Amino acid sequence: MNPLWTLVPPLLVIPFIIFFGERHRNLREASIIIAGLALLAINDRIYSAVINGEVVESGSLSILANFSLRLSAEPMGVMFGLLASFLWVVTTVYSIGYMRGHNEQNQTRFYVCFALAIACVMAAAYADNLLTLFVAYEAITLSTFPLVTHAGNDASRKAGRLYLLLLMCGSIGLFLPAIIWIATAAGTLDFRAGGILADAGLSKTSLTILLALCVFGVGKAAVMPMHRWLPAAMVAPTPVSALLHAVAVVKTGVFTILKLITYTFGIDLVSTTGASDYVLPVVAFTVIASSLIAFTKDNLKARLAYSTISQLSYIVMAALLATTMSVMGGALHIVMHAFGKITLFFCAGAIMVSLHKKNISELDGMGKRMPITMACFFIGALGIIGLPPASGMWSKLLIAGGSLESGNAIWIGVLMLSTLLNIAYLLPIPLRAFFKPAAQPQPEGWSEAPVPSLWAIAVTATCCVLLFLFPHPLMNLLGLIEWR
Amino acid sequence: MISDQLPALVIVIPMLAAPLCVLVRKPIVCWAIALVANFLVVLSAWALFEKVREDGVIRYALGGWAAPTGIEYYVDMMNATMLLLVSFISCVTLVYAYKSVSKTVLTSKHYLFYAAWMLCLTGLLGISITGDAFNVFVFLEISSLSMYMLIAFGTDRRALTASFRYLIMGSIGASFILIGIGFLYAATGALNMVDLAQRIPDAESQRAVLVAFSFLTIGLMIKSAVFPLHGWLANAYQHSPIAVTAFLAGTATKVSLYVLLRFFFSIFGPDYSFGAMLLNVVLLPAAVAGFVLLSLVAIFQSDLRRMLAYSSVAQIGYIIAAFCLASQSGLTAGIVHIINHGIIKTALFMSVGCILYKVGHTHSHSLDNLMQKMPLTVTAFILSGLGLIGVPLTVGFVSKFSLISAAMERGWWMVGALVLLSSLFAIVYIGRVVEIMLFRKSRTETPAPVGRSEAPLMMLVPMYVLIGISIWFGVSGSTTLSVAADAAAALLGGYQ
Amino acid sequence: MSILGLYNYWIVIILMMAGLYILIARYNLIKKMIGLGVFQTSIFYLYISLGKVQGGSAPILADGVTVYSNPLPHVLILTAIVVGVATTAVALALIVRIYESYNTIEEDEIKAIEALERDL
Repeated sequence: MNPLWTLVPPLLVIPFIIFFGERHRNLREASIIIAGLALLAINDRIYSAVINGEVVESGSLSILANFSLRLSAEPMGVMFGLLASFLWVVTTVYSIGYMRGHNEQNQTRFYVCFALAIACVMAAAYADNLLTLFVAYEAITLSTFPLVTHAGNDASRKAGRLYLLLLMCGSIGLFLPAIIWIATAAGTLDFRAGGILADAGLSKTSLTILLALCVFGVGKAAVMPMHRWLPAAMVAPTPVSALLHAVAVVKTGVFTILKLITYTFGIDLVSTTGASDYVLPVVAFTVIASSLIAFTKDNLKARLAYSTISQLSYIVMAALLATTMSVMGGALHIVMHAFGKITLFFCAGAIMVSLHKKNISELDGMGKRMPITMACFFIGALGIIGLPPASGMWSKLLIAGGSLESGNAIWIGVLMLSTLLNIAYLLPIPLRAFFKPAAQPQPEGWSEAPVPSLWAIAVTATCCVLLFLFPHPLMNLLGLIEWR
Repeated sequence: MISDQLPALVIVIPMLAAPLCVLVRKPIVCWAIALVANFLVVLSAWALFEKVREDGVIRYALGGWAAPTGIEYYVDMMNATMLLLVSFISCVTLVYAYKSVSKTVLTSKHYLFYAAWMLCLTGLLGISITGDAFNVFVFLEISSLSMYMLIAFGTDRRALTASFRYLIMGSIGASFILIGIGFLYAATGALNMVDLAQRIPDAESQRAVLVAFSFLTIGLMIKSAVFPLHGWLANAYQHSPIAVTAFLAGTATKVSLYVLLRFFFSIFGPDYSFGAMLLNVVLLPAAVAGFVLLSLVAIFQSDLRRMLAYSSVAQIGYIIAAFCLASQSGLTAGIVHIINHGIIKTALFMSVGCILYKVGHTHSHSLDNLMQKMPLTVTAFILSGLGLIGVPLTVGFVSKFSLISAAMERGWWMVGALVLLSSLFAIVYIGRVVEIMLFRKSRTETPAPVGRSEAPLMMLVPMYVLIGISIWFGVSGSTTLSVAADAAAALLGGYQ
Repeated sequence: MSILGLYNYWIVIILMMAGLYILIARYNLIKKMIGLGVFQTSIFYLYISLGKVQGGSAPILADGVTVYSNPLPHVLILTAIVVGVATTAVALALIVRIYESYNTIEEDEIKAIEALERDL
């Protein structure tokens, strides 16, 4: 199986989307779902091939003298690819309800850019070298820009400007120099087991600077102070916030950092030289600070956005701890957090469509009107916090174990503190909805989200629980990572 | 054998096409003559390019008079590339020009327009191919004089003053070059470039060589619009007919940069220019200040043509900075950017020309929601704009990546960092316009009726040809990089 | 050779600087052209004096003449003179057109008109 095939469904579906357009909405959306399922099947094939130890790679296309574009499958990438393709299908189902319920304009452009972004995410997931990853990374930024500015009003244009500015400034101003530095120091940009910088003879200071350039340059990972774009991007339609800003875009950021630590720096180099000593505190600060900010936000999507920032920094922290256990935990958290957070975003969107409410303070008593949504919200919240029976527990456990392994228990403290904060800012929302009486008398009966959206919510919430019960397929996959 | 006469054909064909145009006078026929001539030139340049690539340097004695008595044409990888680039861009732009010229220039003057275009092409190709220093000056003036004329064809009366200012600056520049060549002749007694290169090392101690070097440097800096001697460029680009702007942006300054390369590297040699003469001290600050400041200035321009003109000066800054590295990788980066920037800037000006054709002006603040009206043009603008910024998979990325790697190889971290900084400015000035064209709702009370109203196909097709090529060169950058590397090697290797 | 012995070069320098000064300092376009003319003429003079050989005669083959002036710079400068004439012609044509559309050939006045147009 050539990983190039993963680019085919999302790209192939674009002409269909444009062709069907607004006139045949059902056909348009059906074609996307078919493409999504095809993509899922391809990713599944790659998964079984990788599990069976087969080599999965594409040919290469040389774009610069010594550097080429090339795709190949490795465990973390397969996991990310599977995740993104599965959630693409689910999100499309959700969007059908949301976009129609909300009467959004320019839906065709929306779906085209969405498909384009997914194709870029696939390229990022299966990138065989840093150059390919960088190209895909930039392409994701550009293809999601029209999604952020979708509404076309002043607020969304402003958000779009911030989005482009922060992400592009980071990637061109910091990440690209880092890549060129790596290229000159190591002579290659390939991802190799054990990293390529071990023999490059860089001093600790150089490595620290290089690492900082990478961590802050990958603006999609939203480590403070590069995080501002994420709350701003919440002006986008909810499916965009859900898939792109809880899964595809931000996860590409942390995925990039995980890949860098594992295959470019090498975990041994990072842990023995202590290159991450100065970056880790900033990341830990982000974890705590953004949890605290989330606490103060009344707007539901804004609270979720800051919660995302905090969770992303978990993963970055896990990567920087640079032990096998922590990196596995970080990789696993990509999936676990994705299911939890997408559920929460879906719920937020459903509340917006059915009840037209955006703020948490208005949700008192709404559990009676949207019981299913609120129940799913509760499960999603558990997933984020990391309480059984939801999925987040495994990854947090691994990260905590990793920080013990690295011999620095202070990071466990950070984890625990932020978990407490998670409980404090997430759980009250469903609790208020179910147990507090509404401020004004409410009409009787349910007023649930549109049916397709409800299905999507139910699926992701179920997955949260299933992943708690059966994490093995993913654990087996991550067990195949070659560390040295 | 005709293939032996290729170097002469490249010059003779457009030179004969010019008087032919004047004799015929019928607009469409003139255009056809110019186009056919130009197409033949592209073919000859291509054949020449392939020949040089396979068999190495071609030395052609014009009229059978061997050097040093006669004028020699010397073709290596460097100028074969330039010939191909210039003739190709001219050919594509000429196809594009027909519609836009028909709209803006008086029909009775068309024949003069195409004649001037052919003369300008002759001059530019002549500069690129000749191996004789004085001949460079002559061709330089041929191209410049016809260029002043082409610029003056602009609709706005400011085109006249722009042309006049360019004439003053251009004449000073050309005169400086003439003085430089004179001193070189006084010091060495040679005008043939190969002879000059051989004799200069012995004459290096003479004051005359130093004086020649200084005059040439300033003259060439004016001609290639290196900051801070770029004053003539913005007005000229803004007010000339848009097809001419597209043509000039892709070729004129590039050819001057080529002359700069030829003099500094082949004739004086990098050791003298960048070692003894400390050319870096003059050129590098100018280049760096140019690309940083003018990218910044471009942000504040409301006229698209002016914005792109300033961006051009900034790009010239990149190219000069790459030359200053005076290494194989640096020269490769500079030459590859000459090719890449020539293509994308021409495409960008073409898309602006399409906007001008349909909308009637190029003020960025009233182009709201242009995407609805002219999707193809706007897409072209975006695609080539991304190339200008240097987004991966576009030509700009290939150039900038090579430039920064070359700078780091030399240990010039600051230069690399500033290149990136100015790329960020490029995001702002391109992004600002794209945002208006894509997302801003019309602010006027009565929004213009929405409906497709694209530029004619004869303008769109050439534009997309260039964009296609730029994408090809962006995705497989090795194509251009290997050519540029050969050209750089030819320059550094000196004359054979 | 004494400094005065190189008087021809002194003249070249004086002419060159005078021409360049007029070119930069005068606002009247015609005067600018005069400056350019003086400037270019100084270059012609430079080339011509380069080719002169002390005591040499015109480079025509004849009996009894052994010292010739170098003909090459003189030939070159013929070309340069032609170029100079062409430049002047184009410039004057442009000035006529400028006068027709702006009604002035003073650069500062033209600039004022253009600035006014930009503000509108």
